[in-house]
Amino acid sequence: MADIRLIEIKEKIFADNDKLAGEIRERLLSKKVFMLNLMASPGGGKTSLIVQTLRGLKDHCRTAVIEGDIDSIVDAEKVAEEGVPAVQLRTGGACHLDAVMVDMALQEMKLADLDLIIIENIGNLVCPAEFDTGAVGNVMILSVPEGDDKPLKYPLMFTVCDALVVNKIDYLSIADFDMAALKERVLKLNPKIKIFEVSCKTGEGVPAWVDWLKEEIAAFKK
Amino acid sequence: MHELPVTENILKVVLRHAEEAKAEKIVSVSLRIGELSDIIEEWLQRYFDYLSKDTPAEGAALRIERVPVIFRCEGCGESFPVKVREVREIVCPSCGGGKAAFVSGREFFIKNIEVI
Repeated sequence: MADIRLIEIKEKIFADNDKLAGEIRERLLSKKVFMLNLMASPGGGKTSLIVQTLRGLKDHCRTAVIEGDIDSIVDAEKVAEEGVPAVQLRTGGACHLDAVMVDMALQEMKLADLDLIIIENIGNLVCPAEFDTGAVGNVMILSVPEGDDKPLKYPLMFTVCDALVVNKIDYLSIADFDMAALKERVLKLNPKIKIFEVSCKTGEGVPAWVDWLKEEIAAFKK
Repeated sequence: MHELPVTENILKVVLRHAEEAKAEKIVSVSLRIGELSDIIEEWLQRYFDYLSKDTPAEGAALRIERVPVIFRCEGCGESFPVKVREVREIVCPSCGGGKAAFVSGREFFIKNIEVI
């Protein structure tokens, strides 16, 4: 029998995706375009937060949206109503966006005319956490009805995000949701994460979130 | 949930290395995957068997080492494994302190392959 040889590889499984994501980031940096990757469960409020954010940033920066969510021709229409260009990715039954798909969307955009791109990732707290999209900022939404135990079930997502938006705080009075416990769990997994309590329905807390985003964009553009 | 693209990437990488090493056949593939990754090992092998048909990797066994999630105590500096999906309170086993920071558990590596 032939000898078995051992070949050391020590390569990341997503080395190709990570490489392309790095190239995307460099391209965006050279054009001074900040890209935000927004992730959440289905129904968490991605489109609502995008609409609120677009309104808050209307006179501040030129924004475009990459719509990746599966059922989101509806979402793209809502974004278009805000007068903002949206590129719809046909993701079919995919469970996440990766750098290749985002790169395809970027080919259709005029980066020179933009300050901010928001990616609406596919509604899922598992897979999107694993794939670098080339975004500069990663943000997740957790909505109150989903429960405060989500950091226990989807810990990876909480470790990769720069900010957590706790949406639907208008439900707090009728929900069995422990905000302090949530924050403690999240901060253990990711001490650097910024947490915003928001209701996209009433608008409560939205200005603080928009201000943080403005600061992030300004720091990036420097 | 995304085992298929994961498997495609693994296959692509190991076939490239096997070719560079002028190997005829890949016998096994060793992976190092952090506990934070929601990967179902049985599916990885099943997809790998399917995708690797008629390639030098056909029949190769995936050996998956799951790396525990590690926290470090901010009080005494002790590093310890945590089952993040099971425990509600993270308590240092050494000093009993309740403040600990996430250290590792996101590994996603191909370690090595055995070839003939």
